Amino acid sequence: MTAAPKPESWVRVLPEGLYVDPGGFFIDPPRAVDRAVISHGHADHARPHHGHVLATPETLAIMRQRYGANAGAAQQALACGETLRVGAVDVRLVPAGHVLGSAQVVLDYDGSRVVVSGDYKRSPDPTCAPFEPVPCDVFVTEATFGLPVFRHPPVAAELDKLLRSLALFPERAHVVGVYALGKCQRLIALLREAGHDRPIYLHGALKGLCDLYERQGVALGPLEPATVAGGGREAREKFRGAVVLAPPSAIADRWSRRLPDPVVAAASGWMRVRQRARQRGVELPMVISDHADWDELIATIEETGAPEIWVTHGREEALVLQAGKLGRRARALALVGREEEDDAG
Amino acid sequence: MKAFAALIDGLVFMPSRNGKLRLMADYFARAPDPDRGWALAALTEGLSFPAAKAGLIRALAAERVDPALFAWSYDYVGDLAETVSLIWPERPTGAPPPALGEVVERLQAARRMEVPGLIEGWLDALGASERFALLKLITGGLRVGVSARLAKTALAGFGGREVAEIEELWHGLAPPYRALFAWLEGHGGRPETRDAATFRPLMLATPLEEGDLDGLDPAAYRAEWKWDGIRVQLAACGGRRRLFSRTGDEIGGAFPEIVDAMSFEAVLDGELLVARPETRGGDVEIAPFNRLQQRLNRKTVTAKMLADDPAWVRLYDILVEDGEDIRPLPFDRRRARLEAWYGRTRPGRMDLSPLVPFDDWSTLADIRAGARANAIEGLMLKRGDSPYVAGRPKGPWFKWKRGPLLLDVVLMYAQRGHGKRSSFYSDFTFGAWRPDGRGGDELVPVGKAYFGFTDEELGRLDRWVRNHTVERYGPVRAVSPELVLEVAFDSVHRSTRHKSGVAMRFPRVHRIRWDKPASEADRLATLEAMIVD
Repeated sequence: MTAAPKPESWVRVLPEGLYVDPGGFFIDPPRAVDRAVISHGHADHARPHHGHVLATPETLAIMRQRYGANAGAAQQALACGETLRVGAVDVRLVPAGHVLGSAQVVLDYDGSRVVVSGDYKRSPDPTCAPFEPVPCDVFVTEATFGLPVFRHPPVAAELDKLLRSLALFPERAHVVGVYALGKCQRLIALLREAGHDRPIYLHGALKGLCDLYERQGVALGPLEPATVAGGGREAREKFRGAVVLAPPSAIADRWSRRLPDPVVAAASGWMRVRQRARQRGVELPMVISDHADWDELIATIEETGAPEIWVTHGREEALVLQAGKLGRRARALALVGREEEDDAG
Repeated sequence: MKAFAALIDGLVFMPSRNGKLRLMADYFARAPDPDRGWALAALTEGLSFPAAKAGLIRALAAERVDPALFAWSYDYVGDLAETVSLIWPERPTGAPPPALGEVVERLQAARRMEVPGLIEGWLDALGASERFALLKLITGGLRVGVSARLAKTALAGFGGREVAEIEELWHGLAPPYRALFAWLEGHGGRPETRDAATFRPLMLATPLEEGDLDGLDPAAYRAEWKWDGIRVQLAACGGRRRLFSRTGDEIGGAFPEIVDAMSFEAVLDGELLVARPETRGGDVEIAPFNRLQQRLNRKTVTAKMLADDPAWVRLYDILVEDGEDIRPLPFDRRRARLEAWYGRTRPGRMDLSPLVPFDDWSTLADIRAGARANAIEGLMLKRGDSPYVAGRPKGPWFKWKRGPLLLDVVLMYAQRGHGKRSSFYSDFTFGAWRPDGRGGDELVPVGKAYFGFTDEELGRLDRWVRNHTVERYGPVRAVSPELVLEVAFDSVHRSTRHKSGVAMRFPRVHRIRWDKPASEADRLATLEAMIVD
């Protein structure tokens, strides 16, 4: 029996992105390619105009919702847990716990296994399947919150801040900045779990994906558009004491002027750093993240048992250093096109 | 510590003054003694722990965290207390989290070498938010956007009292203020203090409005100059000497020459200025306000500052003389007492602010219009029969400011506001023209204004900014130089800190000149000609 091929000999960084040679496809390429495997629907991972896209059915649905006819000329669904042979590589998608449909890409080639995490988290999320660690030779991990200051507190306590504020300021609208895919629906689901059954008002940019989640079987309760048809004073009264969700860019901008004396809140891992929350004009920060925090990153690296760790995007240097201290060979993959996206935190 | 940490976090993020007051009053109502008293001391900057310095905190973190990881984290977070609070790898010891009172009292009693161990133990016993509050508390400077005055206002609201009552007691009390809280909660008497050198809340004037003079009898009023410094109170009683700002903060540390000169038994009201008495003719030469500004907001002062910008007090009033509270006396009687007292005492570094004689309002208007000295902000009108009362009653005292200076400037940058204004571009940087050295003209920023317009005008300005943006820098937008603002300001001074070399006092938007072409706005030279030093 010959030795398995070295991982770096068959999974490589090309200008277009991370390339799996014996399969002839890229994973989450930042620009259009012939063949792509997509880990999840966020825009910095799922780009339009690919020739052929392989992803979970949920991720494909999200891409169609966002890109319509440009979601990929040919689309192939692969359910989590199933294996598909692509070229000489076995491809399996395993839940990543990040957003609906998010998956790790497990690649087996000639006795060597590389797992590409995409984005992931380990804390529970009622809107998607939980992360499953997969033993492998190389674990390719994100590092969005790859600094030891990022330690997300328990979600229930963070959500409680919003619930207490609603009780304390029943006359004020509570506008929460949330990313349209994932955070929005997770926050709604968490509020419903906590017994908040009033209608939740949505900025127009959030509606489509909420509908999609519902069609995929994620119940979100009564949702209404945050419009002020007629524009009169009464039209705004309904927002008092209500939760209004909007993209982070809208919460402190002109759009929010329709709300009566709003409490400006945001749900994001970046809210951990006070100055960052203040810069964004947030008065009620909730540290609720769809990414692994520092402790989860380290725990996951250990659970996969991978002797080698590649870090794709985020604060790579700290995680590379820490993985090295844990006895892993670790390096940063200088991938382009993964800008720090605050809103996705 | 949990309740205190929640208060600190709430204050950090609360943009509105009323919201901050609500949070503090709520805390005072719920937290027990002595915690709330120590919290009050922290909010009013009345606590310090010389043995707990930033270096010590850094050293504690260095023992537990890889230096490179710490450096990257600190670099990202930008605040030492916050970095350590977030990064601290807890080693649960089973010890219960300490109460605020325990932290303060044990730190005060600890020997220097015991301090690191104490702090380390607390960091292990607390969560991230509480660690942040602990580290901010012990290293000094909470920076939660609360002034001592605002904390006292919250305290007054909590106890259903006037803030003036709190201020008057304040400097005779010490943390953790048990008697004060007991009184405010109605189960104790008004705290007694033997220290008489406490703050007496100031009597303030209302601005004289158009037409006010018509209904006023000139014979009933006295006039005096309103000097362009900062209002102070000098309290020297029973061997204690304190110099207070208008809000009751003690600022004597920054003006030791004034405190040294207070070898008398009296409480006086006056204007703090920078001045040189030793000019020809014996006149006191008052320096422009920006010289005084060099000496404000400092805890201590250097010998060079004392020599370059010596402080002076121009006296307006006397409130207490030899232990006798004469605030209930009418102004004329207090004025006579002040003059007699000054004649007897002749304190150094002080003089009397003279009364300005006048017969009728038109004479006084001419006097006001003729005042060119930069040190004069305008006139004060005080009823001769007015007792000295705290606050700003309308009628007994008026301030009649000199007409503002005006300049047409061009809007250059706009920045988003805060709180209710966070969706509006409401802070405006404006410029004046000057030669660019290549035969043309360029705009140079000369000031910044963020009030003076109505809500409706703000909406229109906001739209204008969004439609004329040429570049963005975070919350700031550069706009194309097309909109002329007429700005009003009280005076203008030379400044080495500004690119233009000048700094305006109290600039505000007077009118928006939608009609005026930017090329017809004023030049820097026009502004420079307005400097009177």
